[in-house]
Amino acid sequence: MSGTFVGMPAFPEAAREAVRDTTLRGNLRHATHTIRAKRATAVAEVSDWAQLREAGKQIKDHTLRHLDEYLVRLEEAVTAAGGTVHWAADAAEANRIVTALVEETGESEVVKVKSMATQEIELNEALEAAGIRAYETDLAELIVQLGRDRPSHILVPAIHRNRGEIREIFAREMGEWGRPAPEGLTDTPAELAEAARLHLREKFLRAKVGISGANFMVAETGTLVVVESEGNGRMCLTLPETLISVVGIEKIVPTWRDLEVFLQTLPRSSTAERMNPYTSTWTGTTDEDGPRAFHLVLLDNGRTDTLADEVGRQALRCIRCSACLNVCPVYERAGGHAYGSVYPGPIGAILSPQLRGTGSEIDASLPYASSLCGACYEVCPVAIDIPEVLVHLRERVVEGGRAVRDGNKVVLRPAKGHAAERAAMRAARWAFSHPGALRTGQRLASRTRRLHPRTLPGPGRAWSGTRDLPAVPAEPFRDWWRRTHGGGGSALPGTAPGAGTPVRDDAADRAGGRGGDR
Amino acid sequence: MNGRERILGRVRRALADVPRGDETPYERAVARDYLREHGDRTPAQTLDLLAENLADYRAVVHRTDAGHLAEVVAGLLASRGSSSVLVPPGLDGSWLAGSGVRRVVDRAESTPHELDRVDSVVTACAVAVAETGTIVLDGSPDQGRRRITLVPDHHICVVRAAQVVPSVPYALERLDPARPLTWISGPSATSDIELDRVEGVHGPRVLEVVLVG
Repeated sequence: MSGTFVGMPAFPEAAREAVRDTTLRGNLRHATHTIRAKRATAVAEVSDWAQLREAGKQIKDHTLRHLDEYLVRLEEAVTAAGGTVHWAADAAEANRIVTALVEETGESEVVKVKSMATQEIELNEALEAAGIRAYETDLAELIVQLGRDRPSHILVPAIHRNRGEIREIFAREMGEWGRPAPEGLTDTPAELAEAARLHLREKFLRAKVGISGANFMVAETGTLVVVESEGNGRMCLTLPETLISVVGIEKIVPTWRDLEVFLQTLPRSSTAERMNPYTSTWTGTTDEDGPRAFHLVLLDNGRTDTLADEVGRQALRCIRCSACLNVCPVYERAGGHAYGSVYPGPIGAILSPQLRGTGSEIDASLPYASSLCGACYEVCPVAIDIPEVLVHLRERVVEGGRAVRDGNKVVLRPAKGHAAERAAMRAARWAFSHPGALRTGQRLASRTRRLHPRTLPGPGRAWSGTRDLPAVPAEPFRDWWRRTHGGGGSALPGTAPGAGTPVRDDAADRAGGRGGDR
Repeated sequence: MNGRERILGRVRRALADVPRGDETPYERAVARDYLREHGDRTPAQTLDLLAENLADYRAVVHRTDAGHLAEVVAGLLASRGSSSVLVPPGLDGSWLAGSGVRRVVDRAESTPHELDRVDSVVTACAVAVAETGTIVLDGSPDQGRRRITLVPDHHICVVRAAQVVPSVPYALERLDPARPLTWISGPSATSDIELDRVEGVHGPRVLEVVLVG
């Protein structure tokens, strides 16, 4: 399966391919516009949306500020209820733990309910290497797995496929994995869903080991929550004898009552429903109902590094609803694969470079995969200011600076490829602090303006490839001002005409309010 | 160092900028000025809203009173053409008194394959939520193990008026988190194909809710 993201090209290259694919563009446009409108209706139905959103934000922020305490409390509660808690600092450790747990059962196949965390750590590949076959049971995940494809959306991993393509994949591949697709399968969604039901049923009924993630973990009670639609979650959570849940440490909420906020905001934000068809909650194990053994694997894998960033840590509030993907103009055109991560779209653009660091080409380019329009922030049910974090991460990429990687403090070097930008900014700073040079330069630019090229040469070419160069006026503003207002009293206090402006302090000082003459 | 200590140590170092101690207790740390319920309804109106929202998500709703319940349940089993019905151990026997359909009692050793051969299941519920059109099962004796309402393709759930609450906050208050809970809002569904909703995937494809009262 080509499930890996290693060696992904930077976002612009990947996106360039995607935007040329007219089928993909059509599929994405149709799907995102459909869900966008439905979400708006579902949200408008509750008059206290703003208050629910704020409460969700506060609950998550409080939890993150006390994450160590709540993790310990959760561990106690899960253990007291008959579960076993494991801690995994990174993907390799999590995969080792899960593989060993499956091997202990003696089974060589597992059924899985869709989980972002297990995709993030590439658990299926690790299990396969150990001779264990993992069956994805969410319809969209099944489409992705059978199509040897990669997920491209948090909620609907096969959003890039239309019904015709799905019919094709089912007819061709189901037989390889188990029960073949029915003869004469058409492309109506109901028939495709029926084919998936039949194909997966035999796997559910014989499964001995289930693997899941969780949407929420309640520290107070040790309860896990899985929100789903199809019933494949219920199958995986209740029929097997052993259940293994791999969950990011940020999924905690302190109390049972806190679910009253998220069970209202999550379904409306993700599938635009008042409530999703099925929500399962379980606390440890229950005699004669459901799995006899329950293992919870708490996953860090970059989350504590993210937590260390005072601006970036708000990304950990995310409840994976995918509303930000559905409204994003960049996602709608580029699709999920271009983001090179299981977390695509706006949230992925701030989550992936924090979880994985900005070392790779794709991760360093992700903070730029946005027009900063802010639609993502507007729809976010936990009010993550995605544009703020994007700008913060851009600064980190360009300037480098202090960060935490794998729990260690590091000083990041400025990324390559931004040398021209840095040089331009340095030149600008010098020019703005040398009024004489600025004046001369501006006059020179005005006089030679007919000779200016329409695109920049050299390293500037990429910049002007998608933008018009600003037109230089026939006369610099300062000259115009002196000519038209120069005679009488100056309208601008502190700028004596002709005397050269009194700016010796640099622009940053003025922006900081220390200029005194504003 | 084991994973636990490593992660907890990383969390504590990551939060070095956050002032510790003399914090407001959690009950006051979050502004809960959102509504307890949306709108102001009489119990009868709340019941109507439940029926409306259940139907909106393609559950089939039947309204009756205690005196006619057995008759309604028998009618549903007959019109579905069911030849067997799963019965949780603590179900009120009178609910099925009107039907001659073969009863299968769920036992701990019943395998998923055996459950798969049963046509229908009849259960009670713990709570129903009007605003969201949700019924909640908590594994009590009149609802049975989670699997019995999952594997059969036809689920009849009996809801009594006293079990209906207006909203999610009221429902959570009534429920015991120590029990395994299943919140059901309509039959199973998927939006995975072109974000187009299709009812009926792995869970029961037909959900019939009988509102009593």
